[in-house]
Amino acid sequence: MMKFERYEWVAITIMISLFVFVGFIQGWSVSLVILNMCIISAIMTMGVNISWGYAGVINFGVMGFLAMGGLAAVLVSYPPITESWQAGGRGLGISFALLVVLVIAVMYINKTLIQKRNRYILNSLVIFFGILIIRHFYLNATHNIEDVNPAIAGFLGGLGLPIIFSWIVGGLFAAGVAFVIGKVALGLRSDYLAIVTLGISEIVVSVLKHEEWLSRGVKNVIGLKRPVPYEIDLQNADWFINLVTYLNSSKLNNIIDVSDRQQVLNNLIIDGSGIFVKLSYAILFLIVMLIIFYFANKAQLSPWGRMMRAIRDNETAANAMGKDVVKQHLIIFVIGAAIVGVAGAMLVTLDGLFTPSGYRPLRFTFIIWIMVIVGGSGNNLGAIFGGFVIWFSWIEAAPLTTFIINQLTVGLEPTNALKLHLLDSVPYFRYLFMGLILLLILRYRPKGIIPEKVRHS
Amino acid sequence: MIDFLNSIIVLLNFIIIPGISYGSQLALGALGVTFVYAILRFANFAHGEIMSFGAMITILFTWFFQSQNIGLGILPTALLALPVGIIATIILCIISDKFVFQYYRYQKSVPVVLAMVSIGVMFVINAIIRIIIGTETIKFSDGQKFIMKAKQFKVMTGLNEGLALKSSQVITILITVLLLTFTFWFLQKTKTGKSMRAFSDNEDLALLSGINPDRVVFTTWIIVGVLACVAGTLYGLDKSYKPIIYLNLVLPIFASAIVGGIGSPFGAVVGGYVIAFSEIMVTYAYKKFFVYLLPSSIEPSGLVQILSTDYKFAVSFSILVIVLLIRPSGIFKGRVL
Repeated sequence: MMKFERYEWVAITIMISLFVFVGFIQGWSVSLVILNMCIISAIMTMGVNISWGYAGVINFGVMGFLAMGGLAAVLVSYPPITESWQAGGRGLGISFALLVVLVIAVMYINKTLIQKRNRYILNSLVIFFGILIIRHFYLNATHNIEDVNPAIAGFLGGLGLPIIFSWIVGGLFAAGVAFVIGKVALGLRSDYLAIVTLGISEIVVSVLKHEEWLSRGVKNVIGLKRPVPYEIDLQNADWFINLVTYLNSSKLNNIIDVSDRQQVLNNLIIDGSGIFVKLSYAILFLIVMLIIFYFANKAQLSPWGRMMRAIRDNETAANAMGKDVVKQHLIIFVIGAAIVGVAGAMLVTLDGLFTPSGYRPLRFTFIIWIMVIVGGSGNNLGAIFGGFVIWFSWIEAAPLTTFIINQLTVGLEPTNALKLHLLDSVPYFRYLFMGLILLLILRYRPKGIIPEKVRHS
Repeated sequence: MIDFLNSIIVLLNFIIIPGISYGSQLALGALGVTFVYAILRFANFAHGEIMSFGAMITILFTWFFQSQNIGLGILPTALLALPVGIIATIILCIISDKFVFQYYRYQKSVPVVLAMVSIGVMFVINAIIRIIIGTETIKFSDGQKFIMKAKQFKVMTGLNEGLALKSSQVITILITVLLLTFTFWFLQKTKTGKSMRAFSDNEDLALLSGINPDRVVFTTWIIVGVLACVAGTLYGLDKSYKPIIYLNLVLPIFASAIVGGIGSPFGAVVGGYVIAFSEIMVTYAYKKFFVYLLPSSIEPSGLVQILSTDYKFAVSFSILVIVLLIRPSGIFKGRVL
């Protein structure tokens, strides 16, 4: 069982009290919305923290892995569209089979031909013509699929399973992409690796944006099934009405007039259903977060975690001790990406829609990195704390800025141009806050708010 | 013969001229990234925002000059405002160095930490730009828009295809040539330039021979400021200014710098053109070109496009990945100015 230090208890208390505070000031609904995103951010941050904090492998491809998780949510939960499959399924199948044949052919050529020049020439010829043939089938098939009822469908749909399975599938998708990236790029120096992963994540997102047969592209997928009940069902369910009546019995009993009482009860039920839905999400997310947290900590304390730290702190020495640095880097990169993928699927589950054009590096890569740095790399509780605090300030920056601007410009008239301009640009102040927080932490507390524990074992 | 000329004009109009002007903008940007990398030894993620900042100041002063009815006639007013923008960008660079980067340099932090720091700087500059000028798309090029319109060219030569020449493209190319010549002359011939090259080659040796590191860094930021502001303004002049675009531009710029060999100025310039041309050539639909060249019996039916234009952005990264795999040090071996 893990023990928390005193300052860690302080951090946990701060996190909880933030939400209680917002709950009382802005309402419990707002508080729960922020809490849900905080939990998801915390999971993303743990994913990055595992590769960066444990082993020093930089991963700027967060956005791409999140998008893969989101794609998994669509492919698992959306009901299959049979017409699309009929229209283009065979063509896609043929092109996929041809692709496999092509890969096998290239591998065979690489294996049998020794002479380098011949190999290059033959390879490029095979790849060129192979792609020409595949393109023919592929473009026809995708064109047919995209023509099927483009207003509401136009893509293959998914499997129609409960969306909760997609959390695992999302992790697997992201892990698959990460495996390919890792194979290609992990030998590079850390700042090159950062740029390359950032670039590849852009490629992943642009594929999702433009391959409409797969993800509906910029037309977005909406109306994904929820894992939790819908508000409207709750409002008509007897047990829920009874629950709300029971919880508010003292308040309701004070109202004597029957129609008034019904009115109040109805309002309470509508409010309560929203909160109930968000709370169920929060509980589901919390379970996932705690599971990941438990295993991440377990792994960090295990001999494997110790080896990772050894590799991080001195790669050459670890290599000399017979540790396979390349392989371990790949493993940890894939694990970290998989966790980010899980978070990506959860994000789409929460929103109920998949918008590929919404994946932007500023929001989905750099903010996550600020969370990691601020929380404390190499410490899982720190990662969760970073995710909570940064997401919280990201959301609450706007009300805070409005307040500050109003205070500073209190002497100016309400129609003053400067004041109006400042109030118009309130949403942009959050970037300023994020940048300043990152710079201050890097300067005065470079190990993060909850630094990694030094273990002498 | 006429068909052949027509096909050449198609290529010129849709690939070569846009490629050269976009490539020039990338080359100037990549040169700035390379300077920071060679002297200060980190990947500066804030470079795009620095470019954007320079363009923003230029736009503000363009508006000011326009309101005062000061202009350059057929040339865009932005050229008059450009020096002000350059000075402001240099000041921004030096402030960010004094308050942020200098500390880590004295601490001898690892490059990754400095890259993280530059992300913080990126966020701050990004916020400042958005607060000052918003996120709207701004067109600020005035004066004569075209040097030669497609129609004029058709009438002049009697060909089927027109060749349009935007003045912003010509200005971009001219300024780039001037600036590149000056930069390379500075690096090769002046004493400060030589000391910068020595510093980037071997820091310890340079320090031993009495080169003042603070002076070298100061000069570097001045050069970076000039290059960034000019690149940002030219890009805005050519394509219209939009604060969000510059974050996306950072990645092709990095790709250019790495493809050419990061740390090598000549490589950065070549890399810029390589990236620009491949982006345009891979996503261009060659149908028109082949229609002119081939007899009508074997005319292509499709667009003859290798990748759809949606993947423009992905092309530069694919090249980056391929180059890193085959030749990690870039086309021209990097790391030395």
